[in-house]
Amino acid sequence: MARRTTLPRKLGVTALAWGIGFLVFFPILWTVLTSFKTEAEAVASPPSFLAFHWTLENYAEVQERSDYFRHFLNSVVISLGSTVIGLVIAVPAAWAMAFQPAKRTKDLLMWMLSTKMMPPVGVLVPIYLIFRDLGLLDTRLGLTIILTLIDLPIIIWMLYTYFKEIPGEILEAARMDGADLWNEIVHVLTPMAVPGIASTLLLNVILAWNEAFWTLNLTAAKAAPLTAFIASYSSPEGLFYAKLSAASTMAIAPILILGWFSQKQLVRGLTFGAVK
Amino acid sequence: MGSIVLEKVEKTFGEVTVIPPIDLEIGDGEFTVFVGPSGCGKSTLLRLIAGLEDVSAGRVLIDGRDATDLAPAKRGLSMVFQSYALYPHMSVRANIAFPLKMAGMTAHEIDAKVTAAAATLNLTDYLDRKPKQLSGGQRQRVAIGRAIVRQPSAFLFDEPLSNLDAALRVQMRLEISELHHQLGTTMIYVTHDQVEAMTMADKIVVLNKGRIAQVGSPLDLYRRPDNLFVAGFIGSPKMNFVTGPVAAAHGAHTIGVRPEHLAISADGGDWPGTVGVAERLGSDTFLHVDAGDLGTLTVRAGGDVGFRHGDRVGLTPDPAAIHRFDDKGMAIR
Repeated sequence: MARRTTLPRKLGVTALAWGIGFLVFFPILWTVLTSFKTEAEAVASPPSFLAFHWTLENYAEVQERSDYFRHFLNSVVISLGSTVIGLVIAVPAAWAMAFQPAKRTKDLLMWMLSTKMMPPVGVLVPIYLIFRDLGLLDTRLGLTIILTLIDLPIIIWMLYTYFKEIPGEILEAARMDGADLWNEIVHVLTPMAVPGIASTLLLNVILAWNEAFWTLNLTAAKAAPLTAFIASYSSPEGLFYAKLSAASTMAIAPILILGWFSQKQLVRGLTFGAVK
Repeated sequence: MGSIVLEKVEKTFGEVTVIPPIDLEIGDGEFTVFVGPSGCGKSTLLRLIAGLEDVSAGRVLIDGRDATDLAPAKRGLSMVFQSYALYPHMSVRANIAFPLKMAGMTAHEIDAKVTAAAATLNLTDYLDRKPKQLSGGQRQRVAIGRAIVRQPSAFLFDEPLSNLDAALRVQMRLEISELHHQLGTTMIYVTHDQVEAMTMADKIVVLNKGRIAQVGSPLDLYRRPDNLFVAGFIGSPKMNFVTGPVAAAHGAHTIGVRPEHLAISADGGDWPGTVGVAERLGSDTFLHVDAGDLGTLTVRAGGDVGFRHGDRVGLTPDPAAIHRFDDKGMAIR
C-alpha cells in the first residue's frame, strides 16, 4: 500500500526540510551579512540580523589591501588546470578499468582510494622538499600538479562507476557496425558518458577550488589562490570579522554560483549508480 | 555469399577450456541455430565467429577467407544482441544509419537504405524517436534494421527474443523466419529455447559443455538423436528414459520413449502405473504416470482423455519409436 500523504504531514516535512536547509546555509548567510557591517556592528552583542548600517567599505578595503583578482585568477588556473589534466589522465584509465578489467583492477582501485585516507600532513615535508628542489614552490604549475595528483583517485573512481553503467554490448554493437576504436569513443562512448564526465569535472573544480592544505603550505605570494587570500585575513587580524567576512564572501562567491547553477548535474553525478 | 567454416576452433580462458576444438560448416544461406543449456558455450562460439572474442587456436573462415585475426567490423557480419544494444542517444534513424556512416556512404545513399529498411520492418513512423520511446518489440526491430541495412554476408543473433514476452516472442520468431526467406542470407541464431530452435532452423547445432553433441535438421535430431543429451534436450515434454531390466530386454543400457509415443489405456498395456498430475492444455493432455520401478513417465494424450489423478492405467510404447542407448549414453542403431 502506498503511504498516504496528508496535508499536515506534507506541511511538516516541508517545514523540516526548509529548517535543515536554512541551518546548513546559515553560516554562509551570516558571513555575507557580516561583510556588509562595520567592524563595531560585526562584534556587537546582541548581534543585529538585518537592521544595521549597510556598508561596502570592507570590500573596498579588502580589494585595496590585497589584490583579489590575482588570487581569483590563480584559483581559476589551478582548479581548471588540475581538473582538465586529471580528466585527460582519468578518462583512459577509467575506460580501461571498466571495459578491459584485469584480475587486479579492483585492488588497484581500492589502493588508489586508500591514498586519500592518508593524512596529507604526513607527506608535507617530503613534498615540500621535492617542490623546493624542483623550483615548484609558489608556482601555479606546482599547485596544479599537486591538486591533480590528490584528486586523481576521486576522478578515476567517479568515471569508473559511471562507465560501468554503460553496457558493454553497446560498445560491441558499435564494433560490429564497423566502428574502429576512435569512432567507438567519439560517436558512442563519449556521448553516452557526457553527463558523467561533466559532473566529475564540476565536482573536481569545486574540490580544487576549496583545497586549503596544499595551497596554503606550498604558496607564498605569487601563486596564492583565494584560500590564501582568506587566510591572510584570519591569522594576523583575526578580530576584524567584517573584513574577514568580506574576503571570504569574495572567495566563495564564484564557486557558490557555479555550484548553484550546476546542482542538478552534480546531484545526478554523485548519485549515479545508486538509483536506477 | 555467406559460408562460415570453423576449423579446430578452441577457446580457453586461462586454465579453463570453454570450447574444446570444434569443427563446423555453415552453408551459404542456411539458418543455423546453436542451442543448449545456459553455460554450454553457444554464445561464446557466436562471439568467436563475430570476432568479439579472440580464438585461442584454430581458424575461422568466412566465405573461404581466413578471418581468424580480422577485427569484428572487417568480417562483413551483423549482430543482433539480447539487450538490443541500441545507441540510446541516437534516434532510430541514426541507429540504423550508423553502420552505413561507418562504411563511409554518402548521406543520399544512407537515406535511401534507411528508408527501405524501415519500410521492411514497419518502423517508418518511428524513425525520429529515441530507443527509450519504443516498446521491446520495436526496439528489437530497430536492432534488426541496423543489422540488415548494410547487407552483411551473415547475421548473428544472440538470444534476440529472450527479453520479450511470450506472445511477442512467437510473433518475432515468425518475422525473423520470414526475413530469412526474403533475404536468403546466412543466419546463425543462438538460443536456449529448443522450441525456437526446432521452428526456425534449417540446421541445429546442439552444444553441451562446449562440445557439439549433434548437428542436423530439426527432424533428424527429433527422430534420430545421437546421444542421451540430445534425446533429452530436443522435444517437449522431454523424452522418458528407462533403465534396468526393461532396457536390457531391448538390448540397451537405457531406452528412451517420447511422451507422444506412449499409448495409455485403462487396462492391459506393457507398463502398469498410476496417474499423478494431469496437465490439460486443451489440444493435448500431459499425464505424469507413476510407473513404479520405471519412475515417473510423461504421456502425451488427446485433449479429451478422461484419466484423472489416482487412476490405474497401462502404458504401451510404440516399438518402432523406442530409442536405445549404451552405457556411455550413445545411441545404438
